Amino acid sequence: MLVNGNAHKVGAHIDTDAIIPARFLVTTDAEVLGANCMEGLTPGWVGRVKKNDILVAEENFGCGSSREHAPIAILGAGIPVVVAKSFARIFYRNGFNMGLVLLEVGDDIEKLRDGDELEVDTDAGRIRNKTTGVEIICAKVPPFMQELLDAGGLVPYVKKRLADMR
Amino acid sequence: MSHTVAEKILQAHTDEEITGAGQIVNCRVSLVLANDITAPLAIKSFKGMAASKVFDKDKVALVCDHFTPNKDIDSAEQVKGVREFAREMGITHYYEGGNVGVEHALLPELGLVGPRDIVVGADSHTCTYGGLGAFATGMGSTDIAGAMALGETWFKVPPTIRVEYTGTLEPFVGAKDLILHLIGRIGVSGALYRALEFCGPVIDGLSIEGRMTMANMAIEAGGKVGLFPADEKTLAYCAAAGRHGDKPLKADPGAVYEQDISLSVSGMPPQVACPHLPENVRPVDELGDLRLDQVVIGSCTNGRIEDMREAAAILKGRKADKNVRLIVLPATPRIWRQAMDEGLFDIFMDAGAVVGPPTCGPCLGGHMGILAGGERCLATTNRNFRGRMGSLQSEVYLSSPAVAAASAVAGVIFNPAKL
Repeated sequence: MLVNGNAHKVGAHIDTDAIIPARFLVTTDAEVLGANCMEGLTPGWVGRVKKNDILVAEENFGCGSSREHAPIAILGAGIPVVVAKSFARIFYRNGFNMGLVLLEVGDDIEKLRDGDELEVDTDAGRIRNKTTGVEIICAKVPPFMQELLDAGGLVPYVKKRLADMR
Repeated sequence: MSHTVAEKILQAHTDEEITGAGQIVNCRVSLVLANDITAPLAIKSFKGMAASKVFDKDKVALVCDHFTPNKDIDSAEQVKGVREFAREMGITHYYEGGNVGVEHALLPELGLVGPRDIVVGADSHTCTYGGLGAFATGMGSTDIAGAMALGETWFKVPPTIRVEYTGTLEPFVGAKDLILHLIGRIGVSGALYRALEFCGPVIDGLSIEGRMTMANMAIEAGGKVGLFPADEKTLAYCAAAGRHGDKPLKADPGAVYEQDISLSVSGMPPQVACPHLPENVRPVDELGDLRLDQVVIGSCTNGRIEDMREAAAILKGRKADKNVRLIVLPATPRIWRQAMDEGLFDIFMDAGAVVGPPTCGPCLGGHMGILAGGERCLATTNRNFRGRMGSLQSEVYLSSPAVAAASAVAGVIFNPAKL
């Protein structure tokens, strides 16, 4: 998948209460959750996001609660990719399971600034910063997780396993 | 090969040979958990998987504890959906209403978790059961749906950080201070993707409830699990909870650790985490004159009977400051009754406290104690992210029940030793 969009950069240790505060967890609807994405960070934040924009974060993105509503809210806001220095582990699994692409780039995160125009090749794990001309190669997804992605995510993966067992 | 506690438990649940950190293994799970916030999404994914039954109706626990007693129509609808799913699947361990408690206080006391178990829960504080020697970790709803359907899930074997506590604890210093001190030292991502394994004479001396308080906050350092060895105290606790056949558990000599941390606790004062991250930890006496609007004593971290007694010992014969709303939430019905029978509620009510039902409520800004803009709260909970308990302009500090009780009396964050 090729994604072209602007970077929205946030800081370190952005927790899931910031991504989607608990008062919005009375629904599982992606559109409602998306409309309130990052409401715990900056009220009205989602207003600046266009479809296919890219979220860029410092270390430990998605720390805190296990709420899957967090990746759903990001997807619901129209953001298909998050690039971070590092991810919190529960969020990392959740992102994959929900079909949100997560790219870990370590210290290269400094090469991406708020507002930069980016092109992300999610299959190759390559980010091109069209504003600065810099290119970043991301850490490879572990083979087992790639297998899950290739199956279309955990839901189809389990569905197939259950069908095979019958 | 020599195994850490984490590796040993994973090995007991898989036919593959565990060779070390980084390996991805499929493991059978002992118990799968979800709550009223996370179960609705898990049920959605479960149906999406075309699953028709859970792998074992005795090994799935659905605990409606976050927004219950249902705070509004939307949360009531969510719980209704969970209740109907539990009925449809014939799930044995469904809890709401009079039998519900805060999940991580409830499941241990019901004997549903114990040493060598693998427990996965759609709640990040599932790591609490590490206090009993269980490999217990939080996951999202879809992972939990997969585990509910298959009875297994995949893990990346974590590297382990061993943390040894030595020395002698000062009065009014305990489990909460030990874990806050560690998080202050290593930071909120200090144990990212890693297992924490606790040991040393101070750990041996801790009660099981204290160990669960510590394990509960492993996730606040980014940890996958916070593991304690299972010793005679663990076995006695589990036997009293109605379990049979549990055995002691400790790491093999020669197990490989990524890092060793040794902390001497002699002379360590009570610790407080300041806004807006659990790593902003400072000794209580360094905080100055911080006026409080609210104090909350409860939660999966510190809502157990020992916590209630610790708070009551300080509140006895004293009153909360007139400007402080003191909210006490015993974490389960059994703890509630025990606190009532021991006369602790008289102490709390004489001090001017509100005693509420078991619920996660205020900890996550759900209900039963939400903060307005500009308000400051000291809580015995586990997270102080910005806006966690209400307004983005409010502040949450974290401490032990002893510091929370003393601070309610003083009206400012206060060292119980100086009361």
